[in-house]
Amino acid sequence: QNHGYRTLSLCGPVGFDSLPDQLVKKSVKQGFCFNILCIGETGSGKSTLINSLFNTNFDDPVSTHFLPSVRLRAQTYELQESSVLLKLTIVNTVGFGDQINKEDSYKPIVDYIDAQFEAYLQEELKIKRSLFSYHDTRIHVCLYFISPTGHSLKTLDLLTMKSLDCKVNIIPIIGKADSISKTELQKFKNKIMSELGSNGVQIYQFPTDDETVSKINTVMNGRLPFAVVGSTEEVKIGNKMVRARQYPWGIVQVENENHCDFVKLREMLICTNMEDLREQTHARHYELYRRCRLEEMGFRDIGPENKPVSLQEAYEAKRHEFYLELQRKEEEMRQQFVQRVKEKEAMLKEAEQQVQTKFEHRVLMHQEVKLKLEKKKKVLEDEIAVFIEKKANAELLQSQASVSTPVVSLKRDKDRK
Amino acid sequence: PHAGPVESKNEAAMSELVPEPRQKPVVPMKPMGINANLLGYIGIDTIIEQMRKKTMKTGFDFNIMVVGQSGLGKSTLVNTLFKSQVSRKSSSWNREEKIPKTVEIKAIGHVIEEGGVKMKLTVIDTPGFGDQINNENCWEPIEKYINEQYEKFLKEEVNIARKKRIPDTRVHCCLYFISPTGHSLRPLDLEFMKHLSKVVNIIPVIAKADTMTLEEKTEFKQRVRKELEVNGIEFYPQKEFDEDLEDKTENDKIRQESMPFAVVGSDKEYQVNGKRVLGRKTPWGIIEVENLTHCEFALLRDFVIRTHLQDLKEVTHNIHYETYRAKRLNDNGGLPPMTAETEENHESNL
Repeated sequence: QNHGYRTLSLCGPVGFDSLPDQLVKKSVKQGFCFNILCIGETGSGKSTLINSLFNTNFDDPVSTHFLPSVRLRAQTYELQESSVLLKLTIVNTVGFGDQINKEDSYKPIVDYIDAQFEAYLQEELKIKRSLFSYHDTRIHVCLYFISPTGHSLKTLDLLTMKSLDCKVNIIPIIGKADSISKTELQKFKNKIMSELGSNGVQIYQFPTDDETVSKINTVMNGRLPFAVVGSTEEVKIGNKMVRARQYPWGIVQVENENHCDFVKLREMLICTNMEDLREQTHARHYELYRRCRLEEMGFRDIGPENKPVSLQEAYEAKRHEFYLELQRKEEEMRQQFVQRVKEKEAMLKEAEQQVQTKFEHRVLMHQEVKLKLEKKKKVLEDEIAVFIEKKANAELLQSQASVSTPVVSLKRDKDRK
Repeated sequence: PHAGPVESKNEAAMSELVPEPRQKPVVPMKPMGINANLLGYIGIDTIIEQMRKKTMKTGFDFNIMVVGQSGLGKSTLVNTLFKSQVSRKSSSWNREEKIPKTVEIKAIGHVIEEGGVKMKLTVIDTPGFGDQINNENCWEPIEKYINEQYEKFLKEEVNIARKKRIPDTRVHCCLYFISPTGHSLRPLDLEFMKHLSKVVNIIPVIAKADTMTLEEKTEFKQRVRKELEVNGIEFYPQKEFDEDLEDKTENDKIRQESMPFAVVGSDKEYQVNGKRVLGRKTPWGIIEVENLTHCEFALLRDFVIRTHLQDLKEVTHNIHYETYRAKRLNDNGGLPPMTAETEENHESNL
């Protein structure tokens, strides 16, 4: 890093040794994110362990064994200790290992991890971005719960861990370890580690490059996988209340290092290596995801003919592609629109035609009826004329007849007189 | 983020996340502010120590630029600030340099260490600024240099295979030296600061302040502050980037009372009252550089190094750099393409 730089000595106090403090102060103001993924079969003790680790009772309903597929459930909590504010996200697998066919069990988990990387990548690629206020949801550590069978890893375990080891820091854990005796435990641990090794599964190694922590980290690396017991109940031991599980034959104390590795796990996970876990996630796993994804999208650092591709050229090319695609789509839509308009026009024309035809038909009908009626009218008029004539004749006859008849009656009347 | 109110258990909804196919990124959910009551010590606060250790290991970069006419004491001041011969003049062979015909950009880097903290300090000098007969646009090479550093960083950032730690050559702080005329700012001062305050953190300082009395100093500072305000020049710390009330009160005091700092620099020591102090010896007395009654050097040093060093870097990274990046990605070739020719003008003693 400092090649070619001369080292100078100071002739007096300057004050930049306060830099780490300045940086820490700013980080504390912003707060920290830590995201834990727990993978394990239903009933392997995941929730209890998390509750024990963080000394709280996170509300986590118990799930059934009869879910059709593996799902992930994420919950975020804000924890505060002295001045440090921690945004803790716990992601649990629900239904893991319950299905009859477990071929695809690991897929939802991989998809979830990738989705968090993707969200971060999208933010990073934005033109107007705000990375420093981004809520980081990338998984920093994966606690993989191994069933305490005492024999070896299950095929599902190997399959899942193999598909995750390049995406996330894996810490294998033996859950509900109070069912294994001490001698069985060491054999079990050895078997697990050798199986992981022979299958090429890369689990998280506690870092050994910093002298202050390298010794303890090396020791802990040799104690993996951690055999843990969790408990939400407290039992009185001596005059203290401690987290423990009470059996008829004795009490298993969670925080007793002779009983289980819980304290070691908490030490390693939180007090010693939390920052390293975050850094590895960002600098290694995320970078790998980003590289693969960008290559997938067609970006290259070296273009054809092995010449470095400048940022501008890459964006130009992409923008051009995108623009062409947009144009094509626009053209397509325009064509569709024109087509639809034509069709509608034709339909309307036809309808219009039909209406016209009907109208003409009706007009014709109307004329016919009118004609008929006129005929009838004529006939009637003729009849009326005939009738009037008859009537006139009849009246005439009647009037003639009535002129003669009154004389007769007069005569009769005279006669009577 | 602030700790949210304690919510009842009923309100803690179960959030299901159905994994979606690769094409659509899953939007991260909003965190639920369930304030978990801690029943015992967990060790979350050890992250502070962990972080501190990591940063001490990687070390820090700091790049400071000095701008001002020749003879204003820029090199001496930087040497005094960092208590070592970090400036260009001290490192070059030729002490009798001619004033260059155009503005040159000369960057020189050293590694200094204090209290276990390693710092790679780069001092960027700008000889020739304001020294010509015609000084039109003499800030342009400086603006170009600053943008080139942003460009360098951007290029590294968009690589597919990225370096673990991108080398940071961006200018974190630009000390602008104002002549102690006692009257007002010069047109060149205003032009420079107007253009550059948008791309870099500018800290104006009044140079060679030992030529002014206390009253003259106070009046001059007031006038300078007024002129900067009237011309819309936002020097560091910029009002709009105050993060919270605490920052605002602290920075308001600095902006409205202390700045611009009236400084005197020296790399010579004298004996005063039994102590060895940095100072300037004159027939009428010894001006003690680190004495607050004599000049404001100590204020400048504390401000730049002891309290705001990290903030200078963060404002550069989160705001100036982001502005450059957004503009660069939006502009369809708005900025001139960086060709190989432009690099010849910049001599570097790195």
